[in-house]
Amino acid sequence: MSEPIKRIKSPVHLEYTVSAGRALSRFLAALTEARLIGGRCSSCRKVYIPLRSVCPTCAAPMCEELTIADTGTVTTYCIVNVPFEGQTMKLPYVYASVLLDGADLPILHLIQMPADQARMGLRVKAEWVPPDERRPTLESIRWFVPTGEPDAPFDSYKEHL
Amino acid sequence: MREVAVIGFAQVDYPRSDDDEVEMISGVVARAIAASGITKKQIGFTVSGSCDYLGGRPFSFVTALDAVGAWPPISESHVEMDGAWALYEAWVRLQHGDIDAALVYAFGRTSQGDLGNVLATQLDPYYLGPLWPDAVSLAALQARAMIDAGVCSEKQMAEVARARRGAGKGSGTAATTGGVDELLAAPYVASPLRGHDCAANTDGAAAMVLATGDLARRVCQRPAFIRGIDHRIEAHALGVRDLTRSTSTELAAKKAGALGRRFDVAEIHAPYSHQEILISRALGLGSDVAINPSGGAFGANAYIVTGLARIGTAASRILDGSAKSAVAHATSGPCLQQNMVCVLGDER
Repeated sequence: MSEPIKRIKSPVHLEYTVSAGRALSRFLAALTEARLIGGRCSSCRKVYIPLRSVCPTCAAPMCEELTIADTGTVTTYCIVNVPFEGQTMKLPYVYASVLLDGADLPILHLIQMPADQARMGLRVKAEWVPPDERRPTLESIRWFVPTGEPDAPFDSYKEHL
Repeated sequence: MREVAVIGFAQVDYPRSDDDEVEMISGVVARAIAASGITKKQIGFTVSGSCDYLGGRPFSFVTALDAVGAWPPISESHVEMDGAWALYEAWVRLQHGDIDAALVYAFGRTSQGDLGNVLATQLDPYYLGPLWPDAVSLAALQARAMIDAGVCSEKQMAEVARARRGAGKGSGTAATTGGVDELLAAPYVASPLRGHDCAANTDGAAAMVLATGDLARRVCQRPAFIRGIDHRIEAHALGVRDLTRSTSTELAAKKAGALGRRFDVAEIHAPYSHQEILISRALGLGSDVAINPSGGAFGANAYIVTGLARIGTAASRILDGSAKSAVAHATSGPCLQQNMVCVLGDER
């Protein structure tokens, strides 16, 4: 009698073509022009970035599309000390929530600075990659770099933590 | 039992291919609530149906919540099933007695992947799954079994397809110009199914507002009362089922009180022509019932949405006064594995 089968291999492979949606597609396309697009909620007036079609709090449509500054404030951050596959930054490095000026929702990005100097309230500016390297991805911003301005007071971003 | 009625329904008839889930849902949710006569604040429970395999990413229902405005925090649930089962959960939740209204929605973007293969992943992983039978091929096995058993013929299937196609509106609607003989001259997609026998897969979303008796009567002129609702499931393995009958539909119909009742309209969730024939028999429908006047799945067939849309479409006929009674059916799983029957009626 042959050996009983104890194990089979049953690979699963499915392919997808995913579209980002109308609003996010506009945001991503603008990144190739080094522009950041946000939107203002018609109900709560908050400014969301990336641009979205409806406000996740109110379910109301955006009433205004805005170009958001590429300068902002670090609201919170972490220092990455753990190596992982595909890592491009040299350890340790800073990954932070950056509240762009005029926006009500922070975005996440790298901060190019000595890790031991990272802090809340730090003022930063986006460093864009050269035009021919820009793609519809936030990687079109290489990282944010400190501007050298005085730190933003806590009260100016405490609502956005 | 508390009385529960559909008081608002909306669906996407012609989705934009560049919409994401939130963009698709937000419009129908707003329309369903606006049609219901209640406000968002009155909704005590929200439940959605979706399928992560359609987009190939986990927790897509969480992202979708952006479309309903989940702040202040809402009581919310989700089924990885057709929205008809989300409706069932809402109906049960309303029986608890502490809330009077619920929002149900469902969404499906089948255009992101190959649905025929996506659906193969719901099969058992040892015997059927590794063979990767696509959904149309499995439906064809059922159609073949039905023909062999004398339950239907290719001609009857073509007649169903011809009647439904072009009957309603929706992105899946492709009217057939020729007669039945012309249809039967077309090549098979998967014998004995031809192109006309298979509803086109579309993207879509639908939303529904439910309310209990008193509230429904107060805000809605003609609430579509759910007079009975039940769902039953058959074995997972296709080989142990009799594919020429739908015993789960028969049982659900009995439990929902659908048997022996007269209906103005029947909305049947049948993505394949032979399945409409099978379900019509299981429901015991007479020749006096208008079956799928909307076109059914042949009008719009977004996986996860079509079942809820059948109940919503049937309810809409009562809401607009063009029908007094309706029966709606929803299905899930390969070859009609799981079936729901919902009996709807006006005030009477």
